[in-house]
Amino acid sequence: MKHIQTLTAGNLKEDLSKIGCGECQTSCQSACKTSCTVANQECER
Amino acid sequence: MIHQFKRGDWHFVLDVNSGAVHSVDAIAYALLEYWSEPKEALIARFKATYTESDLLEAIGEIETLISEGQLFTENTYVSSDKFLHRAPVIKALCLHVAHDCNIRCEYCFAAQGNFEGERLLMPLEVGKRALDFVVSRSGNRRQLEVDLFGGEPLMNWDVCKALVDYGKELEAQHNKVIRFTLTTNGTLLDDEKIEYINEHFHNVVLSIDGRKTVNDQMRPTINGKGTYDVIVPKFQKLVDSRGKKSYYVRGTFTRYNMDFDQDVIHMADLGFKETSVEPVVGDPNDPYTIREEDLPQIFEAYDRLSREMVSRLGTEKAFRFFHFTVDFNQGPCLIKRVSGCGAGSEYLAITPEGDIYPCHQFVGNEAFKIGNILEGTFNGDLTTDFHEAHVENKTACQNCWAKYYCSGGCHANAHNFNQNLFEPYAIGCEMEKKRIENAIYLQAERIVKGNA
Repeated sequence: MKHIQTLTAGNLKEDLSKIGCGECQTSCQSACKTSCTVANQECER
Repeated sequence: MIHQFKRGDWHFVLDVNSGAVHSVDAIAYALLEYWSEPKEALIARFKATYTESDLLEAIGEIETLISEGQLFTENTYVSSDKFLHRAPVIKALCLHVAHDCNIRCEYCFAAQGNFEGERLLMPLEVGKRALDFVVSRSGNRRQLEVDLFGGEPLMNWDVCKALVDYGKELEAQHNKVIRFTLTTNGTLLDDEKIEYINEHFHNVVLSIDGRKTVNDQMRPTINGKGTYDVIVPKFQKLVDSRGKKSYYVRGTFTRYNMDFDQDVIHMADLGFKETSVEPVVGDPNDPYTIREEDLPQIFEAYDRLSREMVSRLGTEKAFRFFHFTVDFNQGPCLIKRVSGCGAGSEYLAITPEGDIYPCHQFVGNEAFKIGNILEGTFNGDLTTDFHEAHVENKTACQNCWAKYYCSGGCHANAHNFNQNLFEPYAIGCEMEKKRIENAIYLQAERIVKGNA
């Protein structure tokens, strides 16, 4: 494409049966302890 | 829903429901701002600025991305059973091994370490019962997390080590992995503790607010002396010998240091590559609490910080900032993004007395006491609100572009400012949105410079 470069394709609408395993880190345990950000957490799958 | 913003020469477009992030030129950016208009009206609006062929070409590209589910994607999954009936599994604990502290941080939400209660160290037996508790309630989750927290956990060091040993026993018995984290002010670190922490702890959070003047103003000893000179060499020694294991140097900023970008950069210049500073969680009446009128200064600090980080990309001085990290490729799934920090749901705090609270921020607030592990009590009703307080159930989040990045914000902030778990702390929301925009900008620059 000439006018648009996709930096990351959206994948949030994937099959719900394949996500939500819950094995990823609890966000508050990593560093924040006060303010919530989840998009920086890694998927463990 | 889409979100558009500019940084430097970049024009970014986020597709909220798919998670796609696009870099577009000025033509596509302008068209997207008025995309609800008919195509003929769009061309008429911009034909004095751009050629018709360019406009038609950009419109075609936008339509292609819409058809591919990468722009204006509909949200069709919020009514899924996977969201509405998530199993109540507990997989993470904040274990308050010491309700006592040897320093006196001005902004301490823990009332200088004792959480409005007695100064207590957690007995080993209570800690063991807490680990038994999380294992027994973890269902099929294999990876569990336990943060040894305080007060200052190193004041109860022998119990910390004994709990790590006990955790290893439980791992073997129950086929679990227990990741221990330690959050410390650093004053009691010595060579023996550093070696043990680096061997046994999955992550360590080292508390420092940045520059000496800033740190020592808010993080003095009981006698009013600064802690900076004591902790910095110890933190450097710990990090130097930690290898590739996870750590963060982590500070709190208040309205006393709204140029906190300088504190982060200072920590980076001390050699720390993994940094974080958080806005203070305070009572609205505390003098150091962030106010709405402070936001422009805070936004400037975040912008300055991201520009500095961009200038260091690819150099030995490069560093990471927790809230400017966003994973474009292998980030969290939608369910994680909806359910957020998990406090009061999959994540609980346990005090030296064995009392159970939704998270460390609520400890000492009797209205939020869920139960006691020694007494075997657990009021599941109290956890329901936390379980349900996810981003799709918060009115203010429904039309917010940032909802799948922040997942609805911190419950403690919502309670402190609005007395309502379902009503996010608005000032925190604005700061979070600024951090996310900077995170995306930084990641885009990383891609361009080939070190994503």
